[in-house]
Amino acid sequence: MTASAPFPPLAVTAFTAVSAIGRGLAATRAALHQRQSGLSAAAKEDGVPGAWIGRVAGLEAVALPPELAAFQCRNNALAEMALATDGFAGAVVAARERHGASRIAVLLGTSTAGIAETEAAYRGRAPGEAALPAGFHYATTHDLHALPRFVRRRLGLAGPALCVSTACTSGARTVLEAAALLRAGLCDAVVAGGVDTLCRMTLRGFASLALLSEGPSRPCAADRNGISIGEAAGFLLLERDPAPGALAVLGAGASSDGHHMSSPHPEGLGAVLAMRAALDSAGLPPEAIGYINLHGTGTRANDAMEDRAVSQLFGAGVPCSSTKGWTGHTLGASGALEAVIAALCLEDGLIPGCLGVEAADPDFTSDIATGNRAAPLARVLSNSFGFGGSNCSLILGRA
Amino acid sequence: MSGAFCHIAGVGLLGPGLPGWAASIPVLSGAAPWVPAETVLPPPPLLPPTERRRAGAVTRLALAAATEASAGLDAAALDTVFASSNGDGATLGAILEALTAEGSDVSPTQFHNSVHNAAAGYWGIGTHSMRPSVSLGGHDDVLPLGLLQAAAQCAAWGRPVLFCAYDAPLPPPLDACHPAAFPFAMALVLRPGREGGLAGLRLWHQAEDCAAPATRGALGEALEDGNPVARALPMLEALAAGRPADLCWPLLDGGAVCAALSPC
Repeated sequence: MTASAPFPPLAVTAFTAVSAIGRGLAATRAALHQRQSGLSAAAKEDGVPGAWIGRVAGLEAVALPPELAAFQCRNNALAEMALATDGFAGAVVAARERHGASRIAVLLGTSTAGIAETEAAYRGRAPGEAALPAGFHYATTHDLHALPRFVRRRLGLAGPALCVSTACTSGARTVLEAAALLRAGLCDAVVAGGVDTLCRMTLRGFASLALLSEGPSRPCAADRNGISIGEAAGFLLLERDPAPGALAVLGAGASSDGHHMSSPHPEGLGAVLAMRAALDSAGLPPEAIGYINLHGTGTRANDAMEDRAVSQLFGAGVPCSSTKGWTGHTLGASGALEAVIAALCLEDGLIPGCLGVEAADPDFTSDIATGNRAAPLARVLSNSFGFGGSNCSLILGRA
Repeated sequence: MSGAFCHIAGVGLLGPGLPGWAASIPVLSGAAPWVPAETVLPPPPLLPPTERRRAGAVTRLALAAATEASAGLDAAALDTVFASSNGDGATLGAILEALTAEGSDVSPTQFHNSVHNAAAGYWGIGTHSMRPSVSLGGHDDVLPLGLLQAAAQCAAWGRPVLFCAYDAPLPPPLDACHPAAFPFAMALVLRPGREGGLAGLRLWHQAEDCAAPATRGALGEALEDGNPVARALPMLEALAAGRPADLCWPLLDGGAVCAALSPC
């Protein structure tokens, strides 16, 4: 399932992430090394008893600039927090000087944008009242396009703003779409990534499918029993022609299962195609990968499918793990968050073994790391899979 | 010349008084008058009966246009770009009501149908396609921005792309937040090469605003403001008439997506 044209390596000239394990690269890195989870028991009002979640602290206190006040919602507040982290917004300003504001696109993924505002608006109606309160701003909060519009205006950019919403592959998929925009010459830099925030719809929706874990999620454990939902923002500034040795996206691939809306293909056929496409696009054999950051949601079906898919392509030769025991499953942001984690793993030579897992499922045949390992890493592959049978794999490394 | 260049090799359409691309060419080209009529959603022949029952009306709308545009082509070989501002509003509205009502549960089928890529997922199931598929939002700019991304994919990877844009009115009380008057869908198969193509299409984004089109025809006057996807009508009218056109779609926050259409 590869593109006919080879993938042009993309320079990652700035990146940042905010999740339950912390705000920014230093906090994220420290939590990974110290094996400190960001998950905690859900509050009573979340309506999912027994479930754990990955909540970002301090979001309620984030105010957007007055001229963008109509965009105020938890999702855009998380975007605002991340833009102000690790000098990301400053790096975009520098890119604006290099390329011009009109040559920088914003391409961001989200599954639910600011839908928590709509949930609150529904709850805020007087009994018997159907209409939503007058102060509710649908277009700038709930609407998927609210996220890239907010970020574009916040960063003073004048290129196209686009929103990807392919469920849990949204964040990863923006990298592939950014590559298309850059290759087609429609822009010279792209602010890519994803932002998704906790809301009742996803918590109670996953509960309705009986996919929420009792206690913290433990991906790849024999007795794993589901997902912990989290929230996160991950941003990557992508440009053409990385300098030799610079951090880069070396390949990307996508596929569809064409099988079922919410269950993965049992043999992982779609996952194999996406990983194969990413390898082919980068012109790399499987053995060139040093570590695989799994989608690893912690559900019985996903992890078993992914193990089969990884084993088929890589055998037992490449260490794998999921970092969702740290952050929870951050849905439309997960691909962007985990691309940032992949970059940290590359820089630190770190394989962060699955958290809270004594031993991997004995039925698994891939090399699942359950403790942290140190190893020089040249390339990391990151997987994202989602409802609707959407699959996307990214390869990060050095140009 | 800059921009993403591709060829249009198939067209699909479904809207009020526009029951398919082939059936609407006389109306679009001005040879026949437009007669208002409700958008009729056909059952999706692509889907097996179980999936047909699960798929919502918005999915049927999208698949009708996508199926017509790809008729006679190997549908499973096409990369796809689906674009919709509202997605499946009926499903979303039902979930929001369930979240609000005391003691009410979210339906699992509704939850998996609520993802924005639901129509794309059903397309994959129905056509047995394993090709990459992306789903985009875009509020009132969903048509020009989605088309821009589809053209970028086609030009960047040198592969055929099915672009499908669709939108249906939201249920109350959400309908007041983003009004739409009727369901509307259109689809194009874009190809890198011109063989079998109807027209060449070059697309680009510009930071400068563009002037609103001087005049609208009767069809545009009736439909263009009623659904974000109906903003495709000037392009479809030119395509139906076989005439070249310079098109420009102003965007919400300034700037524009521009297109040059050149019949083969």
